[in-house]
Amino acid sequence: MLRVENIFKTFNAGTVNEKTALNGVSLHLKEGEFVSVIGGNGAGKSTLLSAVAGVYGVDSGSISIDGRDVTRLPEYKRAQFIGRVFQDPMMGTAAGMGIEENLAIARRRGERRGLRWGVSNAEREEYREKLAAFDLGLENRLTGKVGLLSGGQRQALTLIMATLKRPKLLLLDEHTAALDPKTAARVLDLSEQIVKSNNLTTMMVTHNMRDAIAHGDRLVMLYDGKIIIDISGEEKKNLTTKDLLDLFEKASGSGEADGNLLLG
Amino acid sequence: MKKDNIIPWAVKAAAGIAMILLWIKLPVIMTGAVSLGLLWAIMVLGVFITYRVLDIADLTVEGTIVLGASVAARMITAGFNPFLATGMAFISGLAAGLITGILHTKLRIPALLSGILTLTALYSINLRVMGRPNTPLLPFKVPSVFTPFEKFNLPPSVPSLIVGVVLLAALVALLYWFFGTELGSAVRATGSNPNMVRAQGINTSAMIILGLMLSNGLVGLAGALIAQHQTFADITMGMGSIVIGLASLIIGEVLFGTKSFKNTLISVIFGAVVYRVIIAVVIKLGLAANDLKLFVSATVTLALTLPMAQANLRTLVKSLKRPERR
Repeated sequence: MLRVENIFKTFNAGTVNEKTALNGVSLHLKEGEFVSVIGGNGAGKSTLLSAVAGVYGVDSGSISIDGRDVTRLPEYKRAQFIGRVFQDPMMGTAAGMGIEENLAIARRRGERRGLRWGVSNAEREEYREKLAAFDLGLENRLTGKVGLLSGGQRQALTLIMATLKRPKLLLLDEHTAALDPKTAARVLDLSEQIVKSNNLTTMMVTHNMRDAIAHGDRLVMLYDGKIIIDISGEEKKNLTTKDLLDLFEKASGSGEADGNLLLG
Repeated sequence: MKKDNIIPWAVKAAAGIAMILLWIKLPVIMTGAVSLGLLWAIMVLGVFITYRVLDIADLTVEGTIVLGASVAARMITAGFNPFLATGMAFISGLAAGLITGILHTKLRIPALLSGILTLTALYSINLRVMGRPNTPLLPFKVPSVFTPFEKFNLPPSVPSLIVGVVLLAALVALLYWFFGTELGSAVRATGSNPNMVRAQGINTSAMIILGLMLSNGLVGLAGALIAQHQTFADITMGMGSIVIGLASLIIGEVLFGTKSFKNTLISVIFGAVVYRVIIAVVIKLGLAANDLKLFVSATVTLALTLPMAQANLRTLVKSLKRPERR
């Protein structure tokens, strides 16, 4: 479904602030695969996700989704294939607009927007059912402004929006990092539920080892802009944090298990 | 931030009664002020689109209002139908918005500077269009959109009042409809959160350009009507118009609320009218016309800081009410 081939990305090239964020990353995802991407601060995990989403172009290498080369496609055009949830709960929704208006915009992701009415009555009913199913207490507040919701509610809404129209690829960028532990756990469960029930190809970035181990059927660790660990199948299922730390030490050649890698 | 109960209803009622009394006492001045306010309200709708919907302070307005006036004046004096000339003023405004939009989104120039660049360029263009700095549009010499009312022998300014009310009703309906459509929702979302909008597959640059065009189109239309109402187009008539726009916008929102999109559209129109009435009253009270811009700037500064002062006052009152908590 997703093929990332040998991509490189350097920020501020030629200045003292030069930073190679992606140093030859290749990653292939099969249809329906759920991969957790883990790594310390500055390891390149968010850069990888942004590169796939098209927030910025890569210096070299290629990215294709479902057989289509999207390397040169701008962010808004790539969105037809991709659903995204951001780290910042404020980023995924339009605060000044109603819940149903946000959902309606998401429902038409990647489609031409014309002069038809923005939210039809039929879809309003659909949204009510959908929200009720997730038990967020939002189904009777459809016209309420999103800006009045809590961070957790906004993140859950963003998640629903990202998958309202089935994406070929779902990108979750540390989407629980800004939430309190209890809400984070709930949003993660909701993510798992949505991904499983729709069999979505998913990339989830996290800096929490425990989350990365608990979720997804594949785990990829980035270090210094490179993939140093890639585990899937039975090995992933039986993985423990200790295994992961040992693997990390062996692969990175550094004794210190990076302080940024939270055990959570 | 925006609260609908900033002004208690009693104050609103008092203001309403004051308006009616004023109208009885000074019918000519009031009719003039209200009709001018209605024509300026068309521009304020444009300012609302950029300043509130897109969250961009667009200074192009200052040039566009003159552009609309110039285009209409030139066409009318050249013998074209005044309605056609007014329509062309709208289209010229769309073009001005397009330029600012391209400067801002494609050439990545900050919005404020893009507006200033277009507005500066428009000064030369407007002189070219008119061929001189001032074009008189004297009634009975050249026709205007108000000419069809002449045969009814109405008091002065009443034709403007009628045209203003009818046009504004149509525009509010159109804008309400447009911003409710898929496309209009996308424009509103772009002003609210461009990140989210891009992630949903919408080209934010296109939405910003569309919003700027629509806004400046309305401003051009307003310019054409104002010129015909005041019977001249002048190269300086745009000066300070963005401040007038903001003043009207804020007065409208504070006095009449922002409960819903429709409510806000109507509020800003009333705001434009109230603004003109205030100006007429202070001039009547003896403010020198030359000091007007200073007065307006000071009022807008005050209005812009009002929400902050309001919040501070609220916390102060709260802390005074519950001293035991301190």
